[in-house]
Amino acid sequence: MTDKYTEKVLDHFRNPRNMGEMKNPDGIGTVGNPTCGDVMTIYLKIKDDIITDIKFKTYGCVAAIASSSIATELVKGKTLDEAMEFTRDDVANELGGLPAIKMHCSNLAADALHEAIKDYRKKQKK
Amino acid sequence: MKKVYLDYSSSTPVDKDVLKEMIPYFSEIYGNASSIHSFGTEAFDACEKARKKVANMLNANENEIIFTGGGTESDNMSIKGIAYLNQNKKKINSKGPHIITSSIEHPAILETCKYIEKQGFKVKYLPVDKYGLINLNELKESIIKDTFLITIMFANNEIGTIEPIKEIGKIAKENNVLFHTDAIQAIGKIPIDVKKLNIDLLSISSHKIYGPKGVGALYIKKGVKIQPTTHGGGHEKGLRSSTYNTPGIVGLGKACELIKQRMDKDIKHLTTLRDLMISNVLEIEESYLNGHPEKRLVNNGHFRFTAVEGESLNLMLDDKGIAASTGSACSSKKLQVSHVLTAIGLKPEEAHGSLRLSLGRENNKDEINYVCEVLPKIVKKLRKMSPLWSR
Repeated sequence: MTDKYTEKVLDHFRNPRNMGEMKNPDGIGTVGNPTCGDVMTIYLKIKDDIITDIKFKTYGCVAAIASSSIATELVKGKTLDEAMEFTRDDVANELGGLPAIKMHCSNLAADALHEAIKDYRKKQKK
Repeated sequence: MKKVYLDYSSSTPVDKDVLKEMIPYFSEIYGNASSIHSFGTEAFDACEKARKKVANMLNANENEIIFTGGGTESDNMSIKGIAYLNQNKKKINSKGPHIITSSIEHPAILETCKYIEKQGFKVKYLPVDKYGLINLNELKESIIKDTFLITIMFANNEIGTIEPIKEIGKIAKENNVLFHTDAIQAIGKIPIDVKKLNIDLLSISSHKIYGPKGVGALYIKKGVKIQPTTHGGGHEKGLRSSTYNTPGIVGLGKACELIKQRMDKDIKHLTTLRDLMISNVLEIEESYLNGHPEKRLVNNGHFRFTAVEGESLNLMLDDKGIAASTGSACSSKKLQVSHVLTAIGLKPEEAHGSLRLSLGRENNKDEINYVCEVLPKIVKKLRKMSPLWSR
């Protein structure tokens, strides 16, 4: 763990992948709280239990934006079950580490992803 | 890439005339200022000359200036030094306060106050209004017979609000309470006459006024006693033992001399730039000015933008060569929103979106125009990313 942001974090912050809104998503997940300084929304398009498209919108610090970006990149094309296994640690590891104090508050991408999948599954049941 | 430094309230470059004056004291006149030989006396004379310059700037006497290792040390020395001489005020039933301060002081004051609270002293932290001003009536009413110190900053380091120092000095004098002020941000931007303002102790930092880092000063009015907190060889009348940092002290002295010469010009220059910057930045949709519209440091612009987070904003500005700072929790080591922004009543989500642009002598109109061109684009970009922005 480091105190400074890694090059990979900065790259994802400067060039966020899959950023933006999605029209008619199959699942949406929002986590975080403006009071804490981080809010993250993930939009999913799903076909045959596979994430075919993913978008995010994030209000927050550098770590929050970078972790959203890399998470979307990593789970695109994955099955829902695979994506549900995806954790906060995976996000941090893929970024080459996050500053210790940012591990919990800003690293919300996995949670938002799981919420979006749950949202999709709930809609499917109806 | 264009580089624009707008973080002068964090630190300033050493003025080239200051540096020039310091250089001989590293390798040529390197003697210990306490030594009796010529190497030492030459260094001693330089320190005493510097002391005069610091005193001159404040309309103080040279015997009233103590050199320290920086602003934080000056603040610590004042509070602890006076508190330790007033141990007898810590009566079992005394509700205090022994010390009155404000809730928006720099951590050098607040953390020192918390520290001495653990030792049994009672401290009152005055609230501030939405502009960051203390209420003078509340100050008056808070004083009891055991109160021995008021410490209120001259001007706030984040939002730039200037406190009613003259009135506070008067209240302190009338009530026979000592008055210390952390003037670290005010020096060079507001003319200060310690006599007219009834100030008993005043903290100075060198690196905020185009002097070197690692040196500061404390004005202690003649007759005011403090207990030393650094013991050793008995330097500075026994109040602050430590070998004289000759180059640093010489640099601080020169910086103070330059302030006397340049302050009028600096104030005019900075006010023009600041007002240009504030009016341009506030053209951004849902942008707000924090702090007082008039009782404000000439070099301070402090803003907030709805649905934008400060750390991200700062890094994007840095990518465009602009150095700024923020009160967002995300950029602090403690992950807490700035206590100053909380004290003026901002909600955490408002404080997260804050940006401080602090100006200095070297800034010019072109730079301000550049910032005002870049900033709206960055705010827009971050809002596009933000799920909290749907306009």
